[in-house]
Amino acid sequence: MSDPALPDGVERREIGGATRLATHGSAVYGEPTADGWRAWDPERSKLGGMFELGLDTGFAGGETVLYLGAASGTTVSHVADFAGPTYAVEFAPRPARDLVDAAEPRDRLFPLLKDARKPRSYAHVVESGVDAIVQDVATRGQAEVALRNRQFLADDGRLVLAIKARSEDVTAAPADVFERALDRLRETYEILETQRLDRYHEDHLGVVATPR
Amino acid sequence: MTDTDADAAPDAGWFVGLPAEGDADSARVRERIATGSADEPRDWPRLAVESGFAGTTGDYYDRLHEAAIDATRETVRERERADDQQLVHAVRAMDDCERTANELAERAAEWAGSLFDDAEPGIEGARAVAEREPEGELERRAVSLAARVADLADERDALAETIDRLAPAVAPNLAEMAGPELAARLIALAGGLESLAKKPSGTVQVLGAEDALFAHLSGRAPSPKHGIIYTHDYVRNTRPEDRGSASRALAGKLTLAARVDHYSGERRAPLHDELRERMATIRARAEPDRGSDTGAEGDDE
Repeated sequence: MSDPALPDGVERREIGGATRLATHGSAVYGEPTADGWRAWDPERSKLGGMFELGLDTGFAGGETVLYLGAASGTTVSHVADFAGPTYAVEFAPRPARDLVDAAEPRDRLFPLLKDARKPRSYAHVVESGVDAIVQDVATRGQAEVALRNRQFLADDGRLVLAIKARSEDVTAAPADVFERALDRLRETYEILETQRLDRYHEDHLGVVATPR
Repeated sequence: MTDTDADAAPDAGWFVGLPAEGDADSARVRERIATGSADEPRDWPRLAVESGFAGTTGDYYDRLHEAAIDATRETVRERERADDQQLVHAVRAMDDCERTANELAERAAEWAGSLFDDAEPGIEGARAVAEREPEGELERRAVSLAARVADLADERDALAETIDRLAPAVAPNLAEMAGPELAARLIALAGGLESLAKKPSGTVQVLGAEDALFAHLSGRAPSPKHGIIYTHDYVRNTRPEDRGSASRALAGKLTLAARVDHYSGERRAPLHDELRERMATIRARAEPDRGSDTGAEGDDE
């Protein structure tokens, strides 16, 4: 039943009469469940969208992950279901409250109320050499955040990034915004794959990269 | 309570100095997670096992989970407890410190200039004077006065940092749109988040320009285009002929942001996108070849 493009722990399951992407764990945001598996809605999660669209994220299951921009924990709870130790960084207190609730039953999910633009403020907690960084922060300077957090990533690790064009510059065409962000990323990363996520998330680019 | 970990190296992991087994003082653990820092990450799980803090990396992760949940829940609670009135106090205190520091700095500079050849004016000048070794009673007083200036300026900076942290908790949308300081000032001018949320956007637009507004109302002046929101980049860095439109658009969205913050408290992304788009349209008028302002009629929406 497993899909070669999906990591262990992520499967397509029958839930509510449809075949849906799912992970095994306790429900977080009222998502449909069946047999302990919870549906992963690609419309609500950029990483979910990337899996649906078949990007090669490099995830095999069991990785150590640093997740930047965890918000209320929708996506990061799925990540923690299939990955290993997962550090979830979120800056805003209100969503972080829900994030803590999502993390409580997941004993390898560590919620941190920190600013992803200031890695120093969590480098005493987050370990070095993580296998993957997942980034979904909707502030200006998204590429800059990825550069600053490079120090956590193993040399053969993966950066899985969703860039939101409208957070950078609404005046420019999204394609130009993406190109500028990718240029900035190339200072430190080698871009392995990019794909527009428009089917699920308008004006977002999915990026998979590895340190140079 | 012992203070053995008070000097934990600034680059140490969060667990350094905490007891290996049993219940560590949870306030102390929280403090370490919430306010600690390091220049770079290290292999903390391995170092924690080597230092004896945890028996295995599995134990380490168990303890980290407990510590992170506890610290984050408590910090969230603390931030959410922060209310708009605390923010109002902080921003008013910051302004008082700044004003008083500048005033005293002038006095200190004038005095120091008569005693020392190289005394510079301003806060930085006062800081330099405060570092001097005074000789005799008069110099002692002048240097001490300069030290008060430096302290006040430090207090002002500390208050600004507090506002940076507090404002996004009190009013997430307003703080994101206006920046923490302007958000705090708008709340202070209105007297609280609730009263700001109840004001029409035309009032928000001229908050802080009351003198000009009353001059206008008594027929002596044109209507003010903007009050304190002038300090926002969207107004200040828009060309003068478009500033009216810009401040109207900004005030409209700030008002909505204040209402969302007061009545719901959730972050609302479309609000921010709409303002960015509206500002892009207004600023596009300044570009040549775009023709003059075809969409101006849509301004007040």
